[in-house]
Amino acid sequence: MTDLAGGNVEHVSIHTSEGARQRLAKRYRGESIFKWLGRSAIGVSVAFLLLLLSTVVFQGLPAFTFNFVNLPFELTKEKLDYDGTAESLRKANYDAVVRDAIREQFPTVTGRSERRTLGGLLSSGASVYLRQQVLNEPDVLGTNKRLEVPISDFADLYLKGQITSDYTIEGRGALRVERGENGMRLIADQDVFADALSRAKDTLRAQEATLRAQQSGLQLSLNKTRGDIKALQERIPAETNANVKSRLEAELERSESDITVLEARIKQLEEQITNIESRVANPGLGEDLTGEMMSVLVYADGAVLKVQKVTSTTANVEQYLPLDEAVTSLDASQWSIRVLEVPEANRKFTDQEIVWTDELVERGFVRSGLNTIFFTRGASREPEMAGVLGAAVGSALTLIITLLLSFPLGVAAAIYLEEFAPKNRWTTLIEVNINNLAAVPSIVFGLLGLAVFLNYFELDRSAPYVGGMVLALMTLPTIIIASRAALRAVPPSIREAALGIGASRLQTVVHHVLPLAMPGILTGTIIGMAQALGETAPLLMIGMVAFVVDIPMGFSDPSTVLPVQIFMWADFPEPAFQQRTSAAIMVLLGFLITMNALAVVLRKRFERRW
Amino acid sequence: MQGWFFVLILVLTACALFYIGRSRAVTTVGGDATILHSKPGFHGAFVMICGLVPAVLVFLTWLLFSRYLINAYVTAQLGADFANLATIEQQALLRNMRSFADRADLSSLAALEVAAVEHYRGFVATAALLVQVIVAALVVVGSWFAVRAIKQELRARQFVEKTVMAVLIAASGVAILTTIGIVLSLIFESINFFQKVNFLDFLFGTHWSPQSAFEGVGAEATDRNSEVFGAIPVFAGTLLITAIAIIVAAPIGLMSAIYLSDYASPKVRATAKPILEILAGIPTVVYGFFAALTVAPFFRNTGDAIGISVSSESALAAGLVMGIMIIPFVSSLSDDVINSVPQSLRDGSAGLGATKSETIRRVILPAALPGIVSALMLAISRAIGETMIVVMAAGLSANMTVNPLEAVTTVTVQIVTLLVGDQEFDSAKTLAAFALGLVLFCVTLLLNVIALRVIQKYREQYD
Amino acid sequence: MSVEANMAATAAKAPAVNTGKVKMSGNGVNVFYGEKQALFDVDLNIYENQVISLIGPSGCGKSTFLRCLNRMNDTIDVCKVTGNIMLDEQDIYDKNIDVVELRARVGMVFQKPNPFPKSIYENVAYGPRIHGMTRTKDELDELVTSSLRRAGLWEEVKDRLDQPGTGLSGGQQQRLCIARAIATQPEVLLMDEPCSALDPIATAIIEELIDELRANFTIVIVTHSMQQAARVSQKTAFFHLGKLIEEGPTDQIFTNPINKKTQDYITGRIG
Repeated sequence: MTDLAGGNVEHVSIHTSEGARQRLAKRYRGESIFKWLGRSAIGVSVAFLLLLLSTVVFQGLPAFTFNFVNLPFELTKEKLDYDGTAESLRKANYDAVVRDAIREQFPTVTGRSERRTLGGLLSSGASVYLRQQVLNEPDVLGTNKRLEVPISDFADLYLKGQITSDYTIEGRGALRVERGENGMRLIADQDVFADALSRAKDTLRAQEATLRAQQSGLQLSLNKTRGDIKALQERIPAETNANVKSRLEAELERSESDITVLEARIKQLEEQITNIESRVANPGLGEDLTGEMMSVLVYADGAVLKVQKVTSTTANVEQYLPLDEAVTSLDASQWSIRVLEVPEANRKFTDQEIVWTDELVERGFVRSGLNTIFFTRGASREPEMAGVLGAAVGSALTLIITLLLSFPLGVAAAIYLEEFAPKNRWTTLIEVNINNLAAVPSIVFGLLGLAVFLNYFELDRSAPYVGGMVLALMTLPTIIIASRAALRAVPPSIREAALGIGASRLQTVVHHVLPLAMPGILTGTIIGMAQALGETAPLLMIGMVAFVVDIPMGFSDPSTVLPVQIFMWADFPEPAFQQRTSAAIMVLLGFLITMNALAVVLRKRFERRW
Repeated sequence: MQGWFFVLILVLTACALFYIGRSRAVTTVGGDATILHSKPGFHGAFVMICGLVPAVLVFLTWLLFSRYLINAYVTAQLGADFANLATIEQQALLRNMRSFADRADLSSLAALEVAAVEHYRGFVATAALLVQVIVAALVVVGSWFAVRAIKQELRARQFVEKTVMAVLIAASGVAILTTIGIVLSLIFESINFFQKVNFLDFLFGTHWSPQSAFEGVGAEATDRNSEVFGAIPVFAGTLLITAIAIIVAAPIGLMSAIYLSDYASPKVRATAKPILEILAGIPTVVYGFFAALTVAPFFRNTGDAIGISVSSESALAAGLVMGIMIIPFVSSLSDDVINSVPQSLRDGSAGLGATKSETIRRVILPAALPGIVSALMLAISRAIGETMIVVMAAGLSANMTVNPLEAVTTVTVQIVTLLVGDQEFDSAKTLAAFALGLVLFCVTLLLNVIALRVIQKYREQYD
Repeated sequence: MSVEANMAATAAKAPAVNTGKVKMSGNGVNVFYGEKQALFDVDLNIYENQVISLIGPSGCGKSTFLRCLNRMNDTIDVCKVTGNIMLDEQDIYDKNIDVVELRARVGMVFQKPNPFPKSIYENVAYGPRIHGMTRTKDELDELVTSSLRRAGLWEEVKDRLDQPGTGLSGGQQQRLCIARAIATQPEVLLMDEPCSALDPIATAIIEELIDELRANFTIVIVTHSMQQAARVSQKTAFFHLGKLIEEGPTDQIFTNPINKKTQDYITGRIG
């Protein structure tokens, strides 16, 4: 094989022999695996990006619409104690106006807690919202013009179908209404409630399984404890050391008392299980519909009746919207059953609230539209009253300062380093320093801002101008590096031409090199600004996490920025805030995409190949 | 408002001085501007610089150092009453004095504080007036001399250019100043911290619970705090999450770079590269949101489903998402490195009958190894310093574990936790954040310096 | 024999030195780089165990033709080859031909020495390793040793086989590349101006080496030095502006060229 002088025949056999062919096939398999690995690496990145974006979009999109309630509010001078001054108008009790307006819609609701729940259908920011409208347009006083206020966040989620799914079953046969001491009972001539009953039994079966699992867990520990006791009982007589003996005895006692507790609990579970078992075994037996089961509502002639207890043909109901006293029977066309799939105990929006909300929609008091609140307000503890405008303005103010500082400084530094700096230790030091600064974690800039700007110079906390300064220091290296690259790309012939006709070096740079490099510099600057816009950590350090309700009007007003707002909202547990967080992310990404697109356009448009 | 007023005055003065200088130059030569050595505009700028630069410098100096003058003055006025206070009380008094200076109602304050506020107000009023006068005088004197100096052969252009050059040099000095500022502020606050907590206990202690820090002074505080500020668990958590991130990012980033540079058709490249750039451009807070609200619950639920207990703030979720975040970083650095391996080596290998993957694995990767290693070092440095993902998705309690399914905390998480909200600059908790910051800065700096040097050497080898 | 240009090709097809069998042949080879045509209808036979030189002024297509012979042009996206090139009566541009196997059989040495940034041993062992040509370490050792010997480098490097190949001098590096190429045991060895980056002494060594290698390999060498072509090759082909102008026994081309252009080139009037 290794004999090189072997002649042609030998050569041919080495690379075309059967063995070589087989080896080659194997090598090609390796090749395709490698290629496949590369492709899947790209695939992973793409898949993740799609996953991230789709999650954000699916979660965020619903937050761009919102449901407003427009009720006939009683905006009379008397009600508002209006004495002609704007001050009285501002101080009026709008809470009462809002409360009364909604109560008026449901006059049959009388209980205190029911009334409070009813009031909770509207956002707690409704009064603020109403006041703003009255102040903006005092003419509405005394008129019957219907004004809009925001609905509560859960009602909004419900109307968007995000609280529970449901289905409706049309009525079959006639229902007889029986009014008695214990409330109302519906009696059907067919097994119309059989479906509800069997689903209730399903839930019971699941409960039974859970209880059994619990019980067998307890049984295990019971057996273990019994084993321990047995071991202890054998050990104690043999033990000679008094101390150890007394300790063991104490342990024995403890174990024995454990046994009693465990046995009692197991017995209790056994009883529960037997109870459930017998109920499950008897499909005809009626059941209470608890909060752990789906909710069943009977819609009858404008009334809504919540089913509390069913057999296959009867249902004990509570009147959520009252049924006319005179009605004693309903025929098939007059009633239907609606099932809410998510058990009431698993949601934060009760059946009663659902019924009221539906009724408001029914009466035409609810309008779904663009979520103007989200785009026009600042932070709020109420998700339905929270908006991104405050944070967006804060971001804009901060970025203006960043741009004003970092652009001139960055370009000046780049011009000096690229065009004028002699090659010596100092300029090398500056260069190395800039490269390293570009890789310093952003949070360290936050520490710098905190220690120097806030602690040492005692500048304002949470102020956009301080945030802008910190971000300017952070983006400076990016801008310098990009600007230097852009300056370097301008061919020396341009400089020589200008110098050749007697321009000074500075004139050469300002008149000729800089304008040619400007597109590149601007592209770099926009990318740096986009970075700054997305930056969160350093701003946390200098107090831009403040809860700022008002929209900042100046560079020293306390404010927050979009990414920090996202960070804060992400921490709130309400589902409506989760949606708003995603929506705020979409807004932020929108700005970033715009900026980057601008950079791409600039680059494409002014790209020059020398 | 005052700031805007100041800017307005500055701009107006500048315009006025420019105009004066320009017209003076033109009148000096009887209207024939062409015989001037420098164009009239340069004369205008000359007057503007002479008039404004000294005044602005004086004003900035005042802004920077006035607080020392004020403190010294108030301290001197208060005399023994002040000197008898403990250092902490002295600092508190001076702080209160500033915050109450704008307030009309001083009735809630102690007598000493009222006295301080009054001295403060008196001094600031006088000093502000004095500074205003000095600044105005400087403007007038500076520009007067400048106007007098204008003549036909004045080399105004050279003067202006020299000034501009000085500005350019100063601008490039800002980067240096920033570094100095970072280093000094971290070191000063850390020194304060190490007066409260033993340096070695901090670096090698294994128990971290700053909530139980003892706020006080003396040996007892040092002993107690030395026990609760042991940063090893924090470092360990950082390393765990970083390791997960690199395990995710290194192979995927490297393979992406290889695929894009050697296999992908131009069309695929044209789509895949921007996608990676988008990944790189997504703000870290978005990744954090995704990690905390989608990935971490997913892992926890999966764990529940298969009977493994996974923390809802598992290191795995934070590390994985961080890894995805740095994929584009690794990929673009590796791409540069791989592309700088000369074509002749690829040809040489192909000419011997090697397949593409053999060429890549046996020639290009070994040749690019130093560059790839330094790219990974930069990626590690990036991962260590990354904040938002871990703040949102990693834990707060410092567990010492290598189990990626448990919650761990990191240096950056601790810095944010300790510093967000109100800080007292004399509390060990606040200062601990700066000590952690110093460690973070040093480690990332070291990684960066080494990596950048290696990359530079590597580039030179093939240039 | 006619002196007219259009007769040259016909004349060239009847070479005086056609003693061996034809190892490779190009028939009507055209090469395009995108819109631009780099080679026009080239017909050339390459005989076994001979050295053939391709000469001509810069940009005449000689390197392009050489790179067609082991399909190195494949790496350039815009490059397109028509016509056929035969290796042992098989068209190497045929779909069934595997390019990796082809390049193992037709090795190549490049203009600039390009040792891998590995040890000297690993450089030479690279080909045998990827092709799985040896079964044991000893076999590989022997193959590396004999390749280095044949390349005339053994004596200079036998004590430092584990040192990087990039640390050698230019001439040594090129011989290392030759050793690397012959360790793969190709049938044809292509050399693209192998001495252009070397000093005269190193060049002389390599020229001597080429002459020795002829015993076992068919060698195609591109050179812009006519003296080199005269010294090392049995046959010479002259390219001009992408066309094969004339080919024939080296002696004849240099002493008695048929074509006027060849004569002009030989005598230094074009180039």
